Amino acid sequence: MTDTAPAAPHRDGAASDSPVRDAFVLGGNRIPFARSGGAYAGVSAQDLLTAALDGLVARFGLQDERLGVVAGGAVLKRAADLNLTRESALGTPLSPRTPAIDLSKACATGLETVVHASNAIRLGQIDSAIACGVDSASDAPIEVSDRLRRILHRVSAAKTPAQRLRALAAIRPADLAPQPPRNAEARTGLSMGEHQALTAARWGITRQAQEELALASHRSLAAAYDSGLLDDLVSGYRGLARDENLRPDSTPEKLASLKPVFGVRSPEVAEPTMTAATSTPLSDGASAVLLGSREWAQERGLAPLARLVDARSAAVDFVHGEEGLLMAPAYAVPELLDANGLTLADLDLVEIHEAFAATVLATLAAWESEEFGRERLGRDGAFGTVDRSRLNIAGSSLAAGHPFAATGGRIVATLAKLLHARAVETGRTQRGLVSICAAGGQGTVALLESDGKA
Amino acid sequence: MSTPRSTSAARGTASRGGASRGAADPYGRLVRTAPGRAVTTRLGLPQPPRLPRRADREAPVLDPVVVLGATAGADQVAETLLGWDADVRRRAEDLDAIGSVVVVLDELSAPGDLSEPSLALASTLRRLRPGGRIVTISRPATGGDQDGATEAARGAVEGLVRSLGHEVRRGATANGILAADGVPLDAPGVVGALRFLLSARSAFIDGQLLTVASVDGALPEDWERPLADRTALVTGAARGIGAAIARTLAADGARVVLLDVPAAGTDLARLANELRAVPLQLDVTAPDAGERLVAFCREQGLVLDIVVHNAGITRDKLLANMTGDRWDPVMAVNLSSQIAIDDALLAAGQDVGGDGGGDGGADSDGGGVLGSAPRFVSLASTSGIAGNRGQTNYAASKAGVITFMPALARRLEGVGGTANAVAPGFIETEMTARIPALRREVARRVNSLQQGGRPEDVAEAVAFLASPPAGGVRGETLRVCGQNLVGR
Repeated sequence: MTDTAPAAPHRDGAASDSPVRDAFVLGGNRIPFARSGGAYAGVSAQDLLTAALDGLVARFGLQDERLGVVAGGAVLKRAADLNLTRESALGTPLSPRTPAIDLSKACATGLETVVHASNAIRLGQIDSAIACGVDSASDAPIEVSDRLRRILHRVSAAKTPAQRLRALAAIRPADLAPQPPRNAEARTGLSMGEHQALTAARWGITRQAQEELALASHRSLAAAYDSGLLDDLVSGYRGLARDENLRPDSTPEKLASLKPVFGVRSPEVAEPTMTAATSTPLSDGASAVLLGSREWAQERGLAPLARLVDARSAAVDFVHGEEGLLMAPAYAVPELLDANGLTLADLDLVEIHEAFAATVLATLAAWESEEFGRERLGRDGAFGTVDRSRLNIAGSSLAAGHPFAATGGRIVATLAKLLHARAVETGRTQRGLVSICAAGGQGTVALLESDGKA
Repeated sequence: MSTPRSTSAARGTASRGGASRGAADPYGRLVRTAPGRAVTTRLGLPQPPRLPRRADREAPVLDPVVVLGATAGADQVAETLLGWDADVRRRAEDLDAIGSVVVVLDELSAPGDLSEPSLALASTLRRLRPGGRIVTISRPATGGDQDGATEAARGAVEGLVRSLGHEVRRGATANGILAADGVPLDAPGVVGALRFLLSARSAFIDGQLLTVASVDGALPEDWERPLADRTALVTGAARGIGAAIARTLAADGARVVLLDVPAAGTDLARLANELRAVPLQLDVTAPDAGERLVAFCREQGLVLDIVVHNAGITRDKLLANMTGDRWDPVMAVNLSSQIAIDDALLAAGQDVGGDGGGDGGADSDGGGVLGSAPRFVSLASTSGIAGNRGQTNYAASKAGVITFMPALARRLEGVGGTANAVAPGFIETEMTARIPALRREVARRVNSLQQGGRPEDVAEAVAFLASPPAGGVRGETLRVCGQNLVGR
């Protein structure tokens, strides 16, 4: 019981002459992702996150443990959930003296919580952490209109009943319409899918290529479940054993029969290519990742799966049309690999979040483009090619679904386990990349590495 | 923040332990109200009594306890009871109320010998307290090793006990212990079974006879925590009877490893958090389930002293409508998987610290994962004994479990282990809650106690068979059914 320990958090190995030490991914847990309005309809984001945390606590015997931090977040968040992560953590058997923080960076939230927590471990500020994320499109907050909100504030500020009545009298029927969150960029008014349709057209991403990627995602994820790979990464919840969106028996013919949904009315898109099958659905779900220093892991007999080597983020000017909304990782990854003296060829596994199939393909195309390499990245030529047999080998968001802030944790935990298993098998250090695009023209990428040693 | 808006925000899961408590039986609640009792008595409807459980009566013996019989064995039994601070009497005449009666019949040699003790027992029945206990201790018929009159007298005890189970009222039960020839009545198996059958832990066991075949086993240092320092694996542990077994084993002091399919993961995790147990998400029917379980145990440094095969499913259909996707999974989960897992555990061998020979040799890639006197307990079913319409597949699998037990027990004999089964009758669970209302109401009343049992009743029987004293109980199937009318 660390509950009764004195106030100062204990540290290990934070040597003063070397301020940076290693932070490791020790394991993960998530609940199966559900389609919006599906298995988790009516379940709050807090309940979903608590479920994912409960599973992680149980798997690693963290009952009563005081961790360095629980860092979490959600993209769709009610105002009342300002302490969502703290409230969720309090619902678990973790020591109530474990601090928590809520972070937010659209779809990159989950990966940012991993980066935030591992940085604190690397600096010796903390020894252990849980990075987590949750989103529920089914439980998304619905707000009142700006006009109604102002009127209601005026009512509450009114001093006399007459003033109150006068203020209330200003309400018009149209003000009463609820305002669900909009899936559109604030500065362009275009939805993410419409933005991606422009990027797909610009890079000439074919519909067939997108559908092949989607099929591979479904097949790989189904195979990951069948092989038992996810047995200690996913804990069933509310009758859901696997991701609700997963369709292992989908066929090319079935996908080819769907109508395009994005870029349909855009004059800049000659031939719309993006369908529901090549776009991630709105989803509900939560994930959590356990992080720790080597010493903290050893004390508990936990095997470090992978070291969090480094991370970068980038942003692009999508507002003025200079770059596609979801292309920031195309810039962040070269920066990350350059900083670590690596090329794409040095990566054993690559995880590129499938916001849309076209996002992944446009990113790969950009890296293979001489022009993009020279003019955008300032290199001598193309950045490089990703070996497709190393890409998203256990499936990704097109199959699993994409509860925004939960995706980072899903990818990091799965990748860490894959890297560790391959390092043990081959006896060679394995490197993996995580790349996640986000609304607002942003992206966060991270590098993981495993030597397979306990 | 203000008040928690979700159930998970409230810490602690203690309430889950009592989730099954009397929730499902509205008629049972009705007859416990004054007007309800007045009406139902007049109509001649069943009057299911309230059955005290462990928490309702913690003392092992409901006092006073009358020991009938004048043999040396009877003296041993009286000594044992005195050792538990029970109010032991050898005569019942001057008592107004009697809590328990132990009838020692270990030296019967002719049917006539049964007359005097039976009539002495008869005189106690009208004074038996609610929730009272009657336990006979006798020798089992041997199939011809003894002379005919002796065999006949021994067999007669069974008829007495089973009929008396039907006759006693107000939550009292009648059960018997059959101590094999050569097993003294202070052997651990006899003492353990006696304590269990006299206690409130056996509330839903009625009309049953349990054989103690050998002097193996040991008395626990602490009867309140008989499983201290033991590690127990429970399959199908996330919900229902499996969760109740896990809670009971943990309450008895065991460290518990909870196994269930990944689909039940979050329920499993929450139970693990409640019990500080080790969760393992694994499908027992996976081809490599045994190997993965062994690897997990080695990785976590777990040595299993107790293995409870509880994982089970139903896919009911009349045989005429049976399909492979209903037959095969039932046999795989309920029967084949446990044979495969037991093989894998035994192949991995016993922990180096163990004292066993026989199967005890560990294989090449790591240490053994079984303790020195491993206890295997499997879940059978009264359906496996009597059959049940629409359950050919389920009954076949459970009947298979029952006959698998003696075979496994023989294999374990060399290493001091045992294997036994528990056969639940109608238990109030999510599964039985789905039976159509009228059929459910009938199923729940057709036993001597006129009610369904609780998951913890099954768990108590499992915990007893897993406990150190039960080492002399080998290959048995103990029914926990309130003496259901079907089958033996």
